[in-house]
Amino acid sequence: MAIATETQFHVLAVDDSIIDRKLIERLLKTSSYQVTTVDSGSKALEFLGLQQDEQVDSSSSDSSSTTPEQNEIEVNLVITDYCMPGMTGYDLLKKIKESQSLKDIPVVIMSSENVPSRINRCLEEGAEEFLLKPVKLSDMNRLRPHMLKGRGRDQKQQQEENQEQNQSPSSGNKRKAADEGPSPERTRARYSSNSSLTVL
Amino acid sequence: MDVSQLQRSWVEFLTALFNEGFLDSQFNQLLQLQDESNPNFVAEVVTDFFHDSERLLNELTGVLDQQIVDFKKVDSHVHQLKGSSASIGVERVKNMCIAFKAFCEESNREGCLRCLHQVKQEYFLVKDKLQTLFMLEQQIVAAGGSPPLM
Repeated sequence: MAIATETQFHVLAVDDSIIDRKLIERLLKTSSYQVTTVDSGSKALEFLGLQQDEQVDSSSSDSSSTTPEQNEIEVNLVITDYCMPGMTGYDLLKKIKESQSLKDIPVVIMSSENVPSRINRCLEEGAEEFLLKPVKLSDMNRLRPHMLKGRGRDQKQQQEENQEQNQSPSSGNKRKAADEGPSPERTRARYSSNSSLTVL
Repeated sequence: MDVSQLQRSWVEFLTALFNEGFLDSQFNQLLQLQDESNPNFVAEVVTDFFHDSERLLNELTGVLDQQIVDFKKVDSHVHQLKGSSASIGVERVKNMCIAFKAFCEESNREGCLRCLHQVKQEYFLVKDKLQTLFMLEQQIVAAGGSPPLM
């Protein structure tokens, strides 16, 4: 039970429509993801801990501001509607990819319109996937590889840090294990170091 | 009526809604998302759809009633209605919205008014059907059963 909670991927879903928020929330939960929903791009950035002044005016940012590392919950993927009033899904994608601290989070865009130029623009800007609305259960399987990739990269970074500190002969094997997939031990270590989610 | 009889009429009623084009496969997706941990999911999200649609239809009536019609506003409302009806799987309303949007792009007020009238008809028709479906479901639950898996 505890391990299941800890290894669950956490998805941040962004949509201005209450109907679509409820739908995506159920789709993701049925697919065993942990879900947070917000109704706008700016609330998504707020949840991710990106301060508006991070890019606009770095000199005024105070040292106590939240960084994603200090966030309560790690986000493994952002799935956002394209067409929203104010900040569009495309604007949100750009903000995430421009941010040094957030750029590694995979972003998936959803849209009701099949416009090739729009799809290409999003993919060029770094979106992992473009889903046509209405989103279905089968679409949820397409999210997992992007999250595994993201988690693999995090683990590699941790492995490298560990190697610098401790050059043991077994470190080569450890790296191989990490490349093959997430191990429960790794995930537990990661979560307990920076979140309050650990339920042991 | 006993549970199995009620369940049968529920299936028959729902099948007819699919066959007559009121609902499409997206509604099946909603049914699949309903389980013991979320027994009211479909009714809940469809009720949100009713509120949202009625708000949009009222706004559309107001905008199209103006001397000078703001077609961008009309298009934005129809776009929202099209999106939510697609998410629920209310096919006839969704299809009517597609025709509605075409008249918006032409800034055709008469065409828009005709579409608004038809969208309203389709919407209230399917609302009535869905409410009957939910009523049947409540009867099944009251009789100690649950709606069969489709």
